[in-house]
Amino acid sequence: MPGMFIDVKVSEAVAGDAELSAKLVEVCPVSIFAQVENEPLQIVEENLDECTLCDLCIEAMPKGAVEVRKLYE
Amino acid sequence: MRFYEYESKELFERHGLPLGKRGLAHTREEAREHAEQIGGPVVLKSQVLSGGRMKAGAVKFADTPDEAAQLFDEILPIVVNGQTAKSILVEEKSPIAQEYYVAITWDGRRKLPVLIFSDMGGIDIEEVAEKHPDHVSQTHISTILPFTPRLAKEAIGATGVTGSALNRLTPIVTTLVEIFLAYDLTLAEINPLVRLEDGRFLVLDGHIDLEAEARDKHSALVEELGIGADETRQARPPTPFETAGAKVDASDHRGVAGNVVEFDGDLGLVIGAGGGSLTLFDAVRKHGGRPANYCEIGGNPSVKKACELTKLVLSKPEVAKIAVMMNVVSNTRVDIVARGVIKGVVESGRDPAETITIFRIPGSWEEEGFKILERYGVEYCDRSVSMYEAAGRAVAKMQAES
Repeated sequence: MPGMFIDVKVSEAVAGDAELSAKLVEVCPVSIFAQVENEPLQIVEENLDECTLCDLCIEAMPKGAVEVRKLYE
Repeated sequence: MRFYEYESKELFERHGLPLGKRGLAHTREEAREHAEQIGGPVVLKSQVLSGGRMKAGAVKFADTPDEAAQLFDEILPIVVNGQTAKSILVEEKSPIAQEYYVAITWDGRRKLPVLIFSDMGGIDIEEVAEKHPDHVSQTHISTILPFTPRLAKEAIGATGVTGSALNRLTPIVTTLVEIFLAYDLTLAEINPLVRLEDGRFLVLDGHIDLEAEARDKHSALVEELGIGADETRQARPPTPFETAGAKVDASDHRGVAGNVVEFDGDLGLVIGAGGGSLTLFDAVRKHGGRPANYCEIGGNPSVKKACELTKLVLSKPEVAKIAVMMNVVSNTRVDIVARGVIKGVVESGRDPAETITIFRIPGSWEEEGFKILERYGVEYCDRSVSMYEAAGRAVAKMQAES
């Protein structure tokens, strides 16, 4: 189930890069990202609404690679 | 956390308070053996975590060991305020000349322990205070300065007790205060404390409540008394609703969303923050509202936790609406709680605008929280609206629709 309040999009380039994906998994404090071996980065939908808007994911990636959208605005 | 009478007496005895000969019986044979060892008339008392034992017939007197065994069978199954005993205390029957009351509890207004003493024990102390106020003294106790026998003597003397009784009561009262402070109790009560016909003093009945948060600190005592880790020792067993609340809180380590207590009203409460829960609960009642529950949220619970608590509160059929109110928050985020509560309402199949009477959580990230509430048409307010006023608005909405 997608988030009611928050949506997160990750560029295909980052999602397909194991090293950058691992970085996203590491920085997110509420486990929105998950990595499975030999698969693109996954978004854990049930954790989307836990997003604290800390922007750590945005800051850890190349500009524009991660978008955090507030669905209530 | 409440202690059974026999556990309270065990603690009293360790500190030298005078107690009669007694034994705890789990079977009729044990009751007979204890009565034989005591060697005279005995009283059998059902061990439940509730008052009203005498009225329920769960306290009886026996003149012989055979009668004690027979009464054991009669008393054990008696239900006292919903509780059934697992054991019976067999104690020597004492010829009483005078009954006294002594207790230490917390005075919430003064934020200090208060020693209550009366020379009219054995009956309801509230009744004594109302009908015979000159027979009850109240003495606040410092939690910093030592409690001295002189203070105990003043408290006892204030009720008119003098002479030998005053001298013999003083160390008992002093010791009870020391027990209260040493074990972080919320109640240490002896009622009655009696003077026997031969002049001796005895603790006839006693109750202890340990502050639940201090249980770990006093785990050695709890273990020595044989209290199991799974025994909550509340005044009544938790309802399924309350058990579900504890599960919500335990499901996620982030923050608190629990301490749920069930009431029979129609206004669900999602409340908390720095004593805010108690204040808000009282404010709702002061305005004539009927809370369906008490709870505590704080410490920045996750969205999921706030959501699940909201769903639980709304699961009660009689709950038409909820009020979401907290004191000013700093470490709890307003927007996270707003998300959780709205999600809980929506997942319960209800409309947030219709269901949430008021959202009054000012503080950290409130602008973000207010955006969410506006999006869902929920009435909200900031710290310019007092908790009391917010509670009044919630109750007014309930009353407007009834």
